[in-house]
Amino acid sequence: MTGPNIRSLASSSEPLDDTADVVFEVEGLNVLYGDHRAVGDVDITIREREITAFIGPSGCGKSTVLRCFNRMNDLIDIARVEGSVKYHGIDLYDPQVDPVAVRRRIGMVFQKPNPFPKSIFDNVAYGPRVGGQRSGLDEVVERSLRSAGLWEEVKDRLDTSALGMSGGQQQRLCIARAIAVNPDVLLMDEPCSALDPIATGRIEELMKEIQNEYTIVIVTHNMQQAARVSDRTAFFTAEVDAHSGQRRGKLVEFNETGTIFSNPDDERTEAYVTGRFG
Amino acid sequence: MPAPTQIRLDQLRRRKGADVFGQVFLLLLLTSVIVAFAMVGSVIWDVLVEAWDLISHDIWNFVSSASSSEASKAGVAQGIRGTLMIAGIVILTFPIGIGSAIYLEEYADDTRASRLIQVTVRNLAGVPSIVYGLLGLAVFAKSLGGLTGGSSVIAAGLTLAVLVLPVVVITAAEAIRAVPSSLRDGAYGLGATQWEVVKTQVVPAALPSILTGTVLAIARALGEAAPLLVIGAVGFYTTGNNDFVEQLQGAFTALPMNIANFARLPADTWRGHAAAASLVLLALVFMINLVAIIARSRISKRLGR
Repeated sequence: MTGPNIRSLASSSEPLDDTADVVFEVEGLNVLYGDHRAVGDVDITIREREITAFIGPSGCGKSTVLRCFNRMNDLIDIARVEGSVKYHGIDLYDPQVDPVAVRRRIGMVFQKPNPFPKSIFDNVAYGPRVGGQRSGLDEVVERSLRSAGLWEEVKDRLDTSALGMSGGQQQRLCIARAIAVNPDVLLMDEPCSALDPIATGRIEELMKEIQNEYTIVIVTHNMQQAARVSDRTAFFTAEVDAHSGQRRGKLVEFNETGTIFSNPDDERTEAYVTGRFG
Repeated sequence: MPAPTQIRLDQLRRRKGADVFGQVFLLLLLTSVIVAFAMVGSVIWDVLVEAWDLISHDIWNFVSSASSSEASKAGVAQGIRGTLMIAGIVILTFPIGIGSAIYLEEYADDTRASRLIQVTVRNLAGVPSIVYGLLGLAVFAKSLGGLTGGSSVIAAGLTLAVLVLPVVVITAAEAIRAVPSSLRDGAYGLGATQWEVVKTQVVPAALPSILTGTVLAIARALGEAAPLLVIGAVGFYTTGNNDFVEQLQGAFTALPMNIANFARLPADTWRGHAAAASLVLLALVFMINLVAIIARSRISKRLGR
């Protein structure tokens, strides 16, 4: 039932620039939690100033792959990453690379809005402050809140707690907070799954607005969302490994969003986007 | 087409005796609350009644004069001073406990060694206080006697600090564990270092609960008489302990010692002294509690909760 809708949503009118600079070049990526291989053999290329969507059923490893892009998996003791993730040609897992420096260039917005228990101002200023910035914070905060479309709503109560905002506002605050450190990539891990449709619509508009400044990778459970906002879509699925009997996520197909939703190469993709599976 | 569903009031009516177990359970809970309050209340009431004569007459004299062989002149000034100094020493050692908790929760890998340490700390919290008294006597009063001055307020303070250290570590670790990981993720995601995450997110968010734990620890430390007895606290001292170092290193007493001593004296002339000293100790602990509650609510307000 969702099939025709999605197909009409995905706009393939503008051809994508296949020569755009590559931001992430992923080759043979495997993520292991202890002995369990959560994701196997992912190859994918993320291009500059595009919105790339990761879709697929729960447990297919799409969030896990996303978290390799800014080394958030480092925070999980038992997680191990194999293969190469190149960011503008530099291997992110090179021993000389500092994950803190990586995360300042590659921001992240999480599934559940997670504002700090501080004022709205201090939330947005947090990144610049830990980066050592002491002056000009007023401008940074205003610019970031404006970019996130939140300035008009909160400009008179910047010193009140961020926890008093609505869920949608909190998530836009988290986007403003991520923007404030001037990253060139934004990773979004199901940013709308805790939001109502109106708040979701605002986040999607926002993504379109900031697309010309940032490269965005978004994980979403919502296929319509992927169709509406993304330029390219990667479809992941989970398969049971014949040897170990464990579920392992893998990348099935990666293509322009219009193609994924209207004319996918793989029948598993077809089944998923038309709602016959997952 | 199926017939429309018909509902009669009988099907939804409240039935008598349907929830007997629920009602009985509620009654049991209420009884527990009443019994608990009655027990604590009767103790406090008893102490108040016992002490009323003495405190209503001359409370100021009682808290400001040293102990004496004459009942009408005896007071607990030395005990108050000793207890306050012990509290100061115990508070000074709290950073060690909180630091250990931060290390165990935020830095240490989940190895067999770190788990062993955690289990050991938990077990140490259950060791009877008199055992800590013996440890304090051996280590702080004897081995380190040159530093502490032997049976002194320093030795007592350090002993009680060790006694409550496991409690501080456990409560602080639990407070830190309760900090939602989404805060850590958010901060790391913005390029914060581990030190910055601990300093700006974890510790501020855990601080109210850590405070609660440390206050419980202080209250326990100040109420202990057994370790003081083992270390060699006196009932009262006469030598002129005037300068601060002498007060720290010389003979000492504390409120629990005063209470124990008063309680042993003949009740006809020393009526109410033990009770009054207990009230003073209670008041001290309440005051420390109050300070912590105010601090806690201020921090919480600043965190916007």
